[in-house]
Amino acid sequence: MKVAEPLIKPVITAGTVQQKVNASLARRHRKERVFKSFGLAAVLASLALVLILFINIFSKGLPAFWQSAITLDIYFDPQVVNISEKPVQAANESDNAFRQRDIEWQTEVGFINFNRLITDSLEKVLPDARQHRRDLQRIVTSGERFALRDMVVQDPGIIGQTRTLHLLTDANIDVWLKGNIDRSLPDAMQQLSPKMREWVQQLSEQGLIQNRFSFALFMNADSRSSLASAGLAGAFMGSLYMMLVVIVLAVPMGVAAAIYLEEFAPKNRFTDFVEVNINNLAAVPSIVFGLLGASVFIGWFNLPMSAPIVGGLVLSLMTLPTVIIATRSTLKAIPPSIRQAALGLGASKMQAIFHHVLPLAIPGILTGAILGVAQALGEAAPLLLIGMKSFVASVPGSPFDQSTALPVQIFLWQGNELRNFFEARTSAAIIVLLALMISLNALAIWLRKKYEKRW
Amino acid sequence: MSNISLIVLLLALMAIAYQVGMVRSRKVATINPGVRMHSRPQHYGMMVGLWAVLPAFFVLLIWAWFAPGVINTMVQASLPAEFTTLDGNEMRIVMRRISNLAANFGIVADAADWELVAAEYMKQLQHSSTMLLTALMATLASAGLVISFYKIQPQLRARHQVERVVKVLLVLCSTVAVLTTVGIVLSMVGETMKFFSFIKPSDFFFGTTWNPRFSTTGVGEGSLTGSQGSFGLLPLLSGTMLVAFIALVVAIPLGLMVAIYLSEYAPAKFRATAKPIIEVLAGIPTIVYGFFALVTVGPFLTDLGAMLGLTIRATSALTAGVVMGIMIVPFISSLTDDIITQVPKTMRDGSLGLGATKSETILKVVLPAALPGIVGAVLLAASRAIGETMIVVLAAGNSPALTANPFEAVSTVTVTIVNQLTGDNDFASPQSLVAFALGLTLFVITLLLNVMALVIVRKYREQYE
Repeated sequence: MKVAEPLIKPVITAGTVQQKVNASLARRHRKERVFKSFGLAAVLASLALVLILFINIFSKGLPAFWQSAITLDIYFDPQVVNISEKPVQAANESDNAFRQRDIEWQTEVGFINFNRLITDSLEKVLPDARQHRRDLQRIVTSGERFALRDMVVQDPGIIGQTRTLHLLTDANIDVWLKGNIDRSLPDAMQQLSPKMREWVQQLSEQGLIQNRFSFALFMNADSRSSLASAGLAGAFMGSLYMMLVVIVLAVPMGVAAAIYLEEFAPKNRFTDFVEVNINNLAAVPSIVFGLLGASVFIGWFNLPMSAPIVGGLVLSLMTLPTVIIATRSTLKAIPPSIRQAALGLGASKMQAIFHHVLPLAIPGILTGAILGVAQALGEAAPLLLIGMKSFVASVPGSPFDQSTALPVQIFLWQGNELRNFFEARTSAAIIVLLALMISLNALAIWLRKKYEKRW
Repeated sequence: MSNISLIVLLLALMAIAYQVGMVRSRKVATINPGVRMHSRPQHYGMMVGLWAVLPAFFVLLIWAWFAPGVINTMVQASLPAEFTTLDGNEMRIVMRRISNLAANFGIVADAADWELVAAEYMKQLQHSSTMLLTALMATLASAGLVISFYKIQPQLRARHQVERVVKVLLVLCSTVAVLTTVGIVLSMVGETMKFFSFIKPSDFFFGTTWNPRFSTTGVGEGSLTGSQGSFGLLPLLSGTMLVAFIALVVAIPLGLMVAIYLSEYAPAKFRATAKPIIEVLAGIPTIVYGFFALVTVGPFLTDLGAMLGLTIRATSALTAGVVMGIMIVPFISSLTDDIITQVPKTMRDGSLGLGATKSETILKVVLPAALPGIVGAVLLAASRAIGETMIVVLAAGNSPALTANPFEAVSTVTVTIVNQLTGDNDFASPQSLVAFALGLTLFVITLLLNVMALVIVRKYREQYE
């Protein structure tokens, strides 16, 4: 039988506590150091992740801002560019009739083989060009013939003259020259034929093919036939229109809603409900807003698919909670004494708020609005569902035209088959998007710093 | 005249009416010397402006809402007898052709005679509708302007009228948020009901295979007889949960430790620089993370797996989860940071005074006190991970299989929504409608998580205030 333990444990003397504590101190301090270093490691790891992400994107994307272009003396041969004179509106001619004639003339220009001009001038620099006509036509990217056409349309006087132009080379040549493909691969796996590789080598040694800043990336819309001249202009305009819609709709509405909820709303069930609602809406996944847009704006209201107006509406609804929450916290921070002073001098509540509280809140509201716009600018998921994923080869002229958006353009480009060209181009598009977002955020921070007041 | 130019005209009118009202009120004030005007001149101006514009604007709204329907019905009624009996879809096609013709938008060459007649009739109706609308609006606007102009008297409480209108506007704006929620719920419930008329709800919620056949024709003869594929939610849900779980496994320890270090250990200067830099991660668009996962993290993980003797696909639950985890780190860390700093200093002092080390204080006193808030933050992060789209679209591999292996490709609810709605499916086919059922499921799950998080956080706040 065991002896029952004594009910009262022997009293621990001060000495033993001292001993125990001292014995454990080394271990506990070691634990403390380990814990602290874990914390530091976590912070450093997060900072490193930010750094890795940016270095990764920038090292991939920056080279794509320059792309190889060939310098050629293009002779606008009158025998090739054989067109009638550009129509001029006669005094007694109606606008419609003139437009008809102009369109006919442009069609005539469209039929001209501008490729011929390019191959002719290439033949001058490549002596053995005649034997390899197919390869020859692939050196300059196919979109450049439209650039030549536009030059002729703009100024028909150019015919018969020679102009020195920098024309974009084919995307595959850019890939080859940048070393984005293993040059030791067998011919069957190369994107360029042996003849073209020889030419490219020769031309770049002559300095005719050079890396030049790619204005095409910024000036052109997307393209599928002429990959080297695919640009961001269409997506940029689409995003711009959407942001305009967001600024026009979400910002005033959000501010108005916040003013009502913060300053006027009586405390009752309905206000509580609205408040819970707004908080929830802020956390609803963005793709759900896309579904809303697809079924309500496109399905019920018959708004056009792929149009920035619909995208703008969807993004406005998505940004609304952000703006409301930011505005409310700004209004909350303004001391009640301001309101009381205004009311005491005989202003109505509306006057007190619109004349005295709101002006003080403007910096905070602007900051919230800018952050909301930045968030909307980077959002892609809901736009996929309202048709903005479709390929659009022109720059939209109004918010009702088909268009795409910057984040969606990134999504489209990353899926392009010509991976070793578009990986860099996608990263370049990301850099443009990030630059826009960072400048918006910097603006918000600057505004906050400049006008921030501590009451 | 298009509606937009009418609105622009109304705005211009409002500006003029405002000036007119202001001038009038000053004049009234000089006519009645010694009597104080009730309101400021701007109020009288606003009042006249609102009276001139608002009634006309309401008419415009109602007109824009109803007129196209009325015109359509009238044109339909005028069609030859054999067309009036067409059913919904065919009728819609006929009407679209006619309206295109009326707008000079279609090919006139191959249009039938009766179509041209109907189009001409439609054009006429549209024209007279616009004329009528413009006339009505002009009458209302001038009547409002004139009446309110002569109503300006020192006793008139113009400010009250204006402020009432402004207040109604404010209320309307604050109900937009409610309307959005109602719109989300109604539209998704409606489409989901349509979907459930094709597929039994039990097959959807408890089905274990996801294989929606491709459909361009919607509900033809054959598609109802069992050949329309299976729409089982479970593989998608398991993929979603797997990715979200991996994301949380990455983000919770990292985020918590970042928050603890920055709020308890870091010197103020270090905190002031490190915190915003880490929060940059939260502002980066998710498509960028997706691209990063696809071209960098995925291949890296595959190489790492090969070194360890594992086969990891480049696009897998692991890739998507890890990158999503990186995305949520600032989310968890800044929420937790706020909560930890809210824990009263007295509690820390008490613990330190009893001889605990700093880490013991944090682990045994601060964290338990902050636990409800941290749980709330984690729930919010989980709801964000579940609803995240672009990362998984690019990096999860899109293969709807019921698997718990993180090295395999999976598909998630959000990926499937994108796939089903951006293909060439007919909008009324179950293949498209299922996107709304999935969206509703997603909405409900995230709603529950958010509400839980809000309740927990709120309860915690009450404790210390």
